[in-house]
Amino acid sequence: MDAGQGEDAPLAIPALIKSCLFARTILLLKLMMETKLKESLRTFTMAVALAGAALATGLSTGVAAAADAREQFFPVLTYRTGAYAPNGVPFANGYVDYLKYVNTKGGINGVKVTYEECETGYATDKGVECYERLKGKNATVFQPLSTGITFALTEKVANDKIPLITAGYGRSESADGMVFKWNFPLTGTYWDAADVLIQHLGKKEGGLDKLAGKKIALVYHDSPFGKEPIPLLQERSKLNGFELVLLPVAPPGVEQKSTWLQVRQSRPDYVLLWGWGIMNSTAIKEAVATGYPREKMFGVWWAGAEPDVKDVGEAAKGYNALALQHGAEPDSKIVKDILKDVHGKGQGTGPAEEVGQVLYMRGLSAAMLAVEGVKRAQERYGKGKAMSGEQVRWGYENLALDQKKLDSLGFAGVMRPISTSCADHRGAGWARVHTWSGKKWEFSSGWYESNESIIKPMVRAAADKYAAEKKIERRLPQDCQT
Amino acid sequence: MGFFLETLIGGLMSGILYSLVALGFVLIYKASGVFNFAQGAMVLFAALSMARLSEWIPRWLGFESLLLANLLAFAGAMIVMVVVAWLIEKLVLRRLVNQEGVTLLMATLGITYFLEGFGQLAFGSDIYKIDVGMPKDPIFLFDQVFQGGILVNQEDLVATVIAAGLVAGLAMFFQYTTTGRALRAVADDHQAAQSIGIPLDRIWVIVWAVAGFVALVAGVIWGSKLGVQFSLSLIALKALPVVILGGLTSVPGAIIGGLLIGVGEKLSEVFIGPMLGGGIEIWFAYVLALLFLLIRPQGLFGEKIIDRV
Amino acid sequence: MFYRENGQFKTSYVADQQIFPVWQDRVAIVFLLGVAFIAVPLLAPEYLFRAILIPFLILSLAALGLNILVGYCGQISLGTGGLMAVGAYGAYNLLVRIDGFPLILALVMGGVFAAVIGVLFGIPSLRIRGLYLAVATLAAQFFCDWAFLRITWLTNNSSSGSVNVAGLNVAGWSVDTPAERYLFCLVFVSFFALISKNLVRGHIGREWMAIRDMDVAAAVIGIRPVYAKLSAFGVSSFIIGVAGSLWGFVYLGSWEPAAFNIDRSFQLLFMVIIGGLGSVMGSFFGAAFIVVLPIVLDQVTVALGFDTALASHLTLMIFGSLIVFFLIVEPHGLARLWTLGKEKMRLWPFPH
Repeated sequence: MDAGQGEDAPLAIPALIKSCLFARTILLLKLMMETKLKESLRTFTMAVALAGAALATGLSTGVAAAADAREQFFPVLTYRTGAYAPNGVPFANGYVDYLKYVNTKGGINGVKVTYEECETGYATDKGVECYERLKGKNATVFQPLSTGITFALTEKVANDKIPLITAGYGRSESADGMVFKWNFPLTGTYWDAADVLIQHLGKKEGGLDKLAGKKIALVYHDSPFGKEPIPLLQERSKLNGFELVLLPVAPPGVEQKSTWLQVRQSRPDYVLLWGWGIMNSTAIKEAVATGYPREKMFGVWWAGAEPDVKDVGEAAKGYNALALQHGAEPDSKIVKDILKDVHGKGQGTGPAEEVGQVLYMRGLSAAMLAVEGVKRAQERYGKGKAMSGEQVRWGYENLALDQKKLDSLGFAGVMRPISTSCADHRGAGWARVHTWSGKKWEFSSGWYESNESIIKPMVRAAADKYAAEKKIERRLPQDCQT
Repeated sequence: MGFFLETLIGGLMSGILYSLVALGFVLIYKASGVFNFAQGAMVLFAALSMARLSEWIPRWLGFESLLLANLLAFAGAMIVMVVVAWLIEKLVLRRLVNQEGVTLLMATLGITYFLEGFGQLAFGSDIYKIDVGMPKDPIFLFDQVFQGGILVNQEDLVATVIAAGLVAGLAMFFQYTTTGRALRAVADDHQAAQSIGIPLDRIWVIVWAVAGFVALVAGVIWGSKLGVQFSLSLIALKALPVVILGGLTSVPGAIIGGLLIGVGEKLSEVFIGPMLGGGIEIWFAYVLALLFLLIRPQGLFGEKIIDRV
Repeated sequence: MFYRENGQFKTSYVADQQIFPVWQDRVAIVFLLGVAFIAVPLLAPEYLFRAILIPFLILSLAALGLNILVGYCGQISLGTGGLMAVGAYGAYNLLVRIDGFPLILALVMGGVFAAVIGVLFGIPSLRIRGLYLAVATLAAQFFCDWAFLRITWLTNNSSSGSVNVAGLNVAGWSVDTPAERYLFCLVFVSFFALISKNLVRGHIGREWMAIRDMDVAAAVIGIRPVYAKLSAFGVSSFIIGVAGSLWGFVYLGSWEPAAFNIDRSFQLLFMVIIGGLGSVMGSFFGAAFIVVLPIVLDQVTVALGFDTALASHLTLMIFGSLIVFFLIVEPHGLARLWTLGKEKMRLWPFPH
């Protein structure tokens, strides 16, 4: 059902129903207000009854649903409201559409996929509440799409034995699977992203050594998400000799005038944008307003999608961003399949125009990785059976998707091969750069792989620090066979 | 030096934008004694109505002209805000007459949540465009004197002119029309105004509608700058120190307060910020207002608070 | 008929001044505590602990602290989230930097740090009043937000600004399972509820209430406004700081400064207003209402078939309307409805 967000939001029947409900609520309120005291006592008993209902709901939700042996439940943590909704909605639509697509193909080797959405609004406490509510339903895997919620859930998933996929976000050190048994930052972390950006800038300059003496500014969302790349950029700045200027923007990022005045003053050669939600389009608009050339702006893969540039349009032409392996892929096979099998049958979660857009593809890929992990687990633990969280965790740890398999899934040209292992929960570190042409995203670079020689020691050190803080031991190699 | 002037001008102009929002606060507080925390939500709601109506009206009526669409959308949004004002007065204000300030503040917070939810329900959570033809490119002055010139944001310049016009229009409205006079009477003393026959509830509807109009203008300007999305309601949090600094009951106070806060914020962020690591403007405005209040507890132009024991 | 004070004579001042003079009340409280300490840990499912009871307890503690400031002393404060953050980060720093620091002492010290900061930010209240003070306390909130993001020493130099706590244990007994965490919070909440009730019934509480009602008159009759206001800020911030450290340690486990932002401050102020200003019990009612209502609304709207975005918007709308509704119908909050009910019970079955 259209959440009222698309361009052709039909105002007809749903809105009539909504306004009828609204009118009736107003009348009810009016009635209650006319007779004060007696009604307020009655209201109080109603409130008590409501509280009772709440407890009952709580009790009933807490009881683990009797696991249907032929169903695999996927909780979908989304945000369709709030300041980050413009980017959260296409991702969620892509994720859910892929799950529906898997069902049209007969499920995961015959096991039906069920799912339930839970609104987090990008807030950590709501994310935790959604997690607590949905984990009791034999949840397969959680993908919170928020670095803040990831930090909170990392503590809990180890006890509850449910894997956590943070594809392209989350803690960079969670790539170290020997410490972070249950975290899977598949396809890349923020350190990979920052490294690829520096490599690309080096290439533009004619060699990494030419970066010496240049000035690179990082305009970042003042939160764990935005601060993630800083250690790597500082490391790189020492290595390659460029000056790093850090410019934080207070969340949600609506006020950036002084930030961009500072950019104008310091005149950096490049600006890296690490934003999400409304911060991205505001940054580009402020760049237009202060006359900073968009060609010199490079966003992370969460700052390079249609919602960020759509309403700036032509003025954003030349803005570059990372593409987490895929960009906007309207011509890919999987998009055509989904349009045929899901949207064609009226089952599409969002508007059909959204299918193939950058964040939609991101959600699609994330769901694909989730499902493939289950398939891999079934290869070991029993094909055609529902998998538990622990079994699926093994699946994510032993993913081996080569190009042939990806092509058969319809992801040719969308994703590169990915293979995880016990020690490496990341699986791949490839990215490209795409540029906004004024109308659509077009690839403007070849493939880059992040530099393991720099990142691996940093990951190891940070993971060790985490293990020391939490007083947990590194996993032993024998543990990898379980 | 050039950069300092640039930051100063930028600060002055962003201050004008804050004072546009602060104006709504002051109007409502003057006439009905309510600190309208919902002003931000009203700005958002008005901007959403304008943005979406400017999309839908051409589609419903089948024409292409942007100017006509904008005019009709503006009129439509104005009607929406009048309805909102009427509903708020009827359902909330009338029932909370004579309650203390905290209760009224909380009631407006409740209205904020309601408007935010309803706005997203009716109009959506995406980023919507308001295109009233504001110039987006910057102009550079004095580029012979200062290297790179002094950046002046054209959109903000237009906003300043509009704000000046709005304040002048409001001033004329208050001075030269009967309704304006009645509003001033109610702002002065509710009971006296009632005793000479001024209908309080109608006056409140008019005040909230005028504040809604101011919110609409602010919403159009901010929305044209930043795009209309849920986070626009957070601008109101920036307007609070303006209101406090200028005094809750003074329109010139809102303007002067806005200028002071805007300049203070931008200068502090650009010059003091780097020493402290950046990102200080969010609290600097409030601390500035706080320091002013310690010297003058009623704000720059506010009415002195007199306690009778 | 069943609930009345008739025939319950007191023969000592101590008995006359007790919190629950009516023995039916005492029985009810003992029963409630019994259910809370014994029955609930044995019977309740895990979801109820983790998602409803633990947040309810911790937030009611914070609401209690705020009620002392806003309800009893009349100083509106919107900086509650920031003070919770001070408590949480203060406790975290002690635990992380000093090996073997006892957990309970760390939590209490978190409260002490919050009290110091609270008194500091309460100093303007000596000069500013009412709505102006509310906005001035926002300065505290935003400053705390910024400080914990920018001053890396406070977050133990964590590059992301996010901190986490290792397993909690009190003198060897590890607080792991949800039931244990619930009991841990319950002990704190009961203790502070008792302390606050006695504080507000005592002479300092009367000073606070005098300041609330008319501070000029209070100063005239000899109550020192400096002492009264700053002690209100101090006590209130202490309780809020302890609640903040509990929130970070027991409920979240790992948090970033955004967990204590301005939305949290507004949420707590709502709890206090809806629960009832100037009432210890009101803090609990308000917290229960605000914690449970969004969850119930979410469940109900999703069960009715609306999608999550619609459910979320409806929740916001219903929330806002309910706040306005409560303020119109009963501006003194749910606690007042409760006391009205008890008064009716005294006369029952007679109408008057």
